[in-house]
Amino acid sequence: MERDDLVYRPLVIAHIIAALVYFGLVLLGGLAYSLQFLGKYPFPGIEFLSPGRVRMLHTNGAVYGFITNGFVAGLYWAVPRLTGYKVLNERLLGWFMFWALQAAVVATAVGLLAGFAQAVEWGETPIFVDPFVVVWLLLALVQFATPIYRHGKERSLYASNWYFIAGLIWIPMVYIMGNYFPQFFVPGIAGAAITGTWIHDAVGLYVTPIGWGLMYYFVPLLLRKPIWSHALSLLGFWGLAFFYPLQGVHHYLWSPIPMYAQYAAVFSTLALELAVVTVIVNFFMTLRGSGEVLKQSIPLRWMMIGIVNYAITCLQCAIQVLLTTQKVIHFTDWVVGHAHLIMFGVFGFWILGFFSYLWPRLMGREVYSRALDEWAFWLITIGVETMWVDLISGGLVQGFTWWGLNPWMDSVRFSIPFWFVRTITGLMIIAGFILYVYNIYMTSRKETAVAFQPQEA
Amino acid sequence: MERFATFALVAGILFFAFGTFWQAVAPWLTLRGIPMKSMDEVAREVPPEFYMLANQYPEEFKKYFGEPNERSFKEALELGKKVYIAEACWHCHTQQVRPVSNEEFRFGRVSYPSEYANAMQLPQLLGTRRVGPDLMRESGRHSNDWHMAHFKNPPAVTPGSVMPSYPWFFDEKGRPNKKGLAMVAYMQWLGSWERKPMYALKGGE
Repeated sequence: MERDDLVYRPLVIAHIIAALVYFGLVLLGGLAYSLQFLGKYPFPGIEFLSPGRVRMLHTNGAVYGFITNGFVAGLYWAVPRLTGYKVLNERLLGWFMFWALQAAVVATAVGLLAGFAQAVEWGETPIFVDPFVVVWLLLALVQFATPIYRHGKERSLYASNWYFIAGLIWIPMVYIMGNYFPQFFVPGIAGAAITGTWIHDAVGLYVTPIGWGLMYYFVPLLLRKPIWSHALSLLGFWGLAFFYPLQGVHHYLWSPIPMYAQYAAVFSTLALELAVVTVIVNFFMTLRGSGEVLKQSIPLRWMMIGIVNYAITCLQCAIQVLLTTQKVIHFTDWVVGHAHLIMFGVFGFWILGFFSYLWPRLMGREVYSRALDEWAFWLITIGVETMWVDLISGGLVQGFTWWGLNPWMDSVRFSIPFWFVRTITGLMIIAGFILYVYNIYMTSRKETAVAFQPQEA
Repeated sequence: MERFATFALVAGILFFAFGTFWQAVAPWLTLRGIPMKSMDEVAREVPPEFYMLANQYPEEFKKYFGEPNERSFKEALELGKKVYIAEACWHCHTQQVRPVSNEEFRFGRVSYPSEYANAMQLPQLLGTRRVGPDLMRESGRHSNDWHMAHFKNPPAVTPGSVMPSYPWFFDEKGRPNKKGLAMVAYMQWLGSWERKPMYALKGGE
């Protein structure tokens, strides 16, 4: 069977559209929330659009609306092509999962705005949505692990599949741990340790493995050559798998959590840098000699800039996780800047990257406008990087104002310029996103169809 | 080596179990000896501000809570925590005084594990970002009236404040409703056990 026939395209298209719709809403939510800090909140005094609630919409929409839909789109494309088997069931289970995911995201959004949030960071999903999410995650496990399992019986597995298997198994366990234990069973400080582990695992054991799995597939594909080193792939994977689950407590350094757990978190975070470096070296050595492709291929550019951002955030992580640094930056905008660069600058970029690779192929049309793509890329890239620099600088200012025992309001007043720049960079990102979506829309409206070469793998 | 079972069992299950043990289960076991306070036990120590609240807003207090006692205090705390979570207050206010960055001078005694071992910290509310100040030692720091004015219009009380206003804590006449009273009761509870001198009244005594 041709590799192209293994992919059920309507599902990929549906998930891409859903991801982009949520992403637009997430950006607007972020913009509105940032305006609160400038005294210009657009919906003051409206209970259901209170800034605190909109902030939860912004973060949860990013993870469960944008990134999850984006990843599922990528998995529906990559897994069948990597394994040579269709996913377990497309027409029934696939569409059911699609609508169930959208229902869960909408229910979460409504629940948050109506005041049913759960006080678990990144898990604000109301408690009545949680059981359905767990079921959905188990369905995703059987949907995507089945073809990998069948393929694995024939030959040894490629790196992407390692990440997919581990990630798909981790997610349900991580979700249950984070959303149920601190909420119902474990109070206070022990609950904080579990929450920290959940916050970290949600990024490290869900978003990161699925993201890297997709990059191990798409980057060599776009460069038309194999990944540089199989040994480094192995090192990177096993380093991540071993050290990532060991770091949760580094979100609560200097808290009353027992110090041995804090030290373990700091050391394993530093150790993880070694694994991260192997992965990054592997990708850049794969790129070596093919740098020209970056000029032509905007999808590849999204992905490689995402990998550069990954290197930056991980290096930053090694600095900010130290107990000394934590004295200053904990609770400040530094952390917010870090979160934006990792969630958007890395995973968001990867998703936008393979969307802009897949969309012309899914539509059978040439890209509508190369210039729009360039503008979108540069506006969003400059926006995100500036936001990162802006927020970590603002964070340092806040941290030292606190340490210096200035009146509290100093830390707010001194932050206004940084918050202003944040809003401007947010507007740049939104402008870039509008161009990106317009280009996607116009591509699908093009009259002349083109046949893309069916690609191996 | 590159088999399905290796990745599923070793990475997926074994490594996850190992990491989760050290980062989640072990701290839990270490802190297991601290007795956990139920809501009834928490509400036994009613801070004076709760009685003052009943004097300052007699009509409203009577309507929503009846008499100021342990039972009504428990009700107010439960609602206060619910509102605190629903409005995501904990995204901009922490409940944790760290032993660094001069925080003990700004906020008060450094946080310790046993003050979190109660039903009010289920789920825990240590917080994540500190746009506004820490609240773990808030009790008695401001008056009830200050809190009411602040919830209604923060910049009017603290010029330059970026905190949103919460008009839905008040009724049409501008008097606090059940949520408003509960939130102030919750604010005056946070850290009431650390106040010096300890003049927290026993209910009814």
